[in-house]
Amino acid sequence: MKNMLQKRWLKTLLSLVAAYGVVQLLIAVGVINDYIQATIATICINMVLAVSLNLITGFTGQFSLGHAGFMSIGAYVCGIITVANPTLPGFLLGTLAGAVTAAVVGFLVGLPTLRLRGDYLAIATLGMSEIIRIVFLNMQITNGAAGLNGIPQFVNWTWMFLFTAGTILLIVNFLHSSHGRACISIREDEIAAEAMGINTTKYKVMSFTIGAFFAGVAGAMYASYFYFLKPDLFNFQKSVDILVIVVLGGMGSISGSIIAAVLLAVISTVLQSFPELRMVIYSLVLVIIMIFRPQGLMGSREISAALFRKWGEGLKRVFGKEKERV
Amino acid sequence: MEQFLQQLINGLSLGSIYALIALGYTMVYGIIKLINFAHCDVYMIGAYVGYACMTYFHLGLLPSMLIAMAACTLLGMAIEKIAYKPLRNATRIAVLITALGVSMFLEYGTMFFVKAEVRAYPSMTGWMAQSFQVGGVNISMLQVIIMAVTVILMILLQFIVKRTRVGRAMRAVSLDKDAAELMGINVNSTISFTFALGSALAGAAGVLVGVYYNSINPLMGMLPGIKAFVAAVFGGIGLIPGAMVGGYAIGMIETMVDGYGNSLYKDAVVFAILILILIVKPAGLLGKNTREKV
Amino acid sequence: MAILSVKKLTKSFGGLTAVSNVNMELQEGELVGLIGPNGAGKTTVFNLLTGVYEPTAGTVTLTRNGKGKEIQGMKPFNICKAGMSRTFQNIRLFKDLTVLDNVRIAMHQNVKYGLASAFLHLPAYAKEEAQLVEKCMELLRIVHLDGKAGELASNLPYGEQRHLEIARALATDPVVLLLDEPAAGMNPAETAQLTELISWIRKNFQLTILLIEHDMSLVMKICERIYVLDYGMIIASGTPEEIKADKKVIEAYLGEDVNDA
Repeated sequence: MKNMLQKRWLKTLLSLVAAYGVVQLLIAVGVINDYIQATIATICINMVLAVSLNLITGFTGQFSLGHAGFMSIGAYVCGIITVANPTLPGFLLGTLAGAVTAAVVGFLVGLPTLRLRGDYLAIATLGMSEIIRIVFLNMQITNGAAGLNGIPQFVNWTWMFLFTAGTILLIVNFLHSSHGRACISIREDEIAAEAMGINTTKYKVMSFTIGAFFAGVAGAMYASYFYFLKPDLFNFQKSVDILVIVVLGGMGSISGSIIAAVLLAVISTVLQSFPELRMVIYSLVLVIIMIFRPQGLMGSREISAALFRKWGEGLKRVFGKEKERV
Repeated sequence: MEQFLQQLINGLSLGSIYALIALGYTMVYGIIKLINFAHCDVYMIGAYVGYACMTYFHLGLLPSMLIAMAACTLLGMAIEKIAYKPLRNATRIAVLITALGVSMFLEYGTMFFVKAEVRAYPSMTGWMAQSFQVGGVNISMLQVIIMAVTVILMILLQFIVKRTRVGRAMRAVSLDKDAAELMGINVNSTISFTFALGSALAGAAGVLVGVYYNSINPLMGMLPGIKAFVAAVFGGIGLIPGAMVGGYAIGMIETMVDGYGNSLYKDAVVFAILILILIVKPAGLLGKNTREKV
Repeated sequence: MAILSVKKLTKSFGGLTAVSNVNMELQEGELVGLIGPNGAGKTTVFNLLTGVYEPTAGTVTLTRNGKGKEIQGMKPFNICKAGMSRTFQNIRLFKDLTVLDNVRIAMHQNVKYGLASAFLHLPAYAKEEAQLVEKCMELLRIVHLDGKAGELASNLPYGEQRHLEIARALATDPVVLLLDEPAAGMNPAETAQLTELISWIRKNFQLTILLIEHDMSLVMKICERIYVLDYGMIIASGTPEEIKADKKVIEAYLGEDVNDA
């Protein structure tokens, strides 16, 4: 068991280093320009957002429509701290402070509201994120509707990569622990979970708080990379965009969230050339995918060696039959 | 006191509009448990149809409103048929995402055709532009029209739901879809009719908002939509009287905060009250709490 | 010694009294049946004992390691920790999870490693998880599901799902096990296998078991004592022979007319 674990770790580590190295090389030789880099940054931020929301909605089964609110807290706290202390330690401190603040707000909001079920919780979280937005809109320190400008940029590809890979690894690890399984049992059957000794309230709040923490990290990444913040960036539409990534990828599938984040960024980039029709096509694609594949791209499965083998066997069967017929 | 009465009148007018939109949310939720996010865009389309009738065809308020209601009825039924019906047995979140997709499609589709800019509704003339004073309180004829139209439509709705066959079918389907089907009720056409009713009310609300606030744009549905939904939840989602009470309550709260408190925070107060209501009484003011059977 | 002692347990929903003044006493190691016509309130009694509903009145005392504790009104997960576990009449497995995970989740309350180990998969994590899997496999062997540990619970045939529910309930390390119609929907062969299983786990886990069941042959065969519930009240209790001969029980099951016929 221990050996197997170590082997898996090694494999994961190697593939991560390889992914990082390839992009870094392409940046160094200039194949990846600033525009593509910005797209990659958006993808990374969306991955962190989607994976953290998937923990809440896809794995714990708590329907949240307020993820943008937590993101905005991380973004503003990090932005304000980095403006005051424009050094790398300042930025890292800001990120931590932003994430922790988001987690604290998540905890405080989650404690009373997570007793609500389904759509009621969705509406309560939607209301919460709107309140956060309106508060930022009216605060002095955030510069209100005009927005916070000139946040020093510390996030480059290396930091993007570290934050994104770190978030995904931590959340996947959590989900593969007894605590993570306790969260998943709530999605499966809350009453049975409670009867089997799971303190469901505790684990709902825990999942919500962890999700909020990483949404805060994503906010900090955004603030530092795009160096400009205004409250309207974190409106209802933003929460919806994150939820769309999660549902499109498949609720309860981390690999699904990752794939969907990339896919949507690619679609969005392609549609960049038709600015007027961009949203029309995007929404149409969304509706069509939901009608024909309501469980999302991956369902609740993960991409794994076993899945590839299964696909391989399926292909073999298909092609095997073809041969027989010929 | 006078100022209070003035705010009361303003609150009632705004509340009327929220109530009209909230009815559509609540009826659809009651029957298929879906937060129909596209509903607020049906309301927006209603406003544009009314605008077209008045500006290009020079029709009066009443015929324009009727045409807008008819157009929205068709639109609502079409949305249900094309986007939601294929997902009748899918997970609720899939249907919800579809609803959000339809909402975006209507918003940006409209924007593509009519452009994003704000348009001014033709201003009313004659008696409809008048206003009068009652004990120091200024009441415009438009406000009277809005309140009167709302009350008439609500009475009509109550009549349909309580006294007609199809209304009885609606209530049966919302209680138990499968049992209703076994009793020979055509569930599909009942759902379709529910969308039709709700959309017609939204269309009326769209035209009323147009003449009251004078300006419309393709994204005008978003905020009132969310607030109308808040109103529906506030009163008790799935309950028609709940939507009426909730609509007036939210309209009133918003106007009062605007008038006496800080107008910048009026939306925040509405949402804070919503969260409080949900925590204290999750089923809404008029709703009954239910427990899952084990 | 009484392991589970229920005194004057009452539950009203609004004006309706679903369970009234129920007194029960289960001695250590006993296997007791709870029977009664449909709608008599049997499952409501289970829900009151396990904390799904809060009793209107009455006390429930559970004794573990010689220490008695009043558990009425506690949250279900705390009652589970206190030593009472259950299965559900309408199977409530974690359907989209594997058989192994279903059992593992029920062991969560005894997991000691903290969040840091969970996030970073520290050595404590690896050690305890390995132990967990071992314990789960042991339980699964008992219910003959060790060969299907990796399958999704929803893919199991009906009878095996009932067995998995029992394994899951055992995983919480209970002193009292409540089984809600464990043989419902089973054919005679499956029921026989289940009967054996219940007797076996009682002996080997030193459990006290309370069982709701409609299959009279099963109840009469394995229960030492039986309580009969009708309209929310205990109308009779005693050995299977006594119950079979009890006039009130026959009336409750067959209706008032039994004497006239």
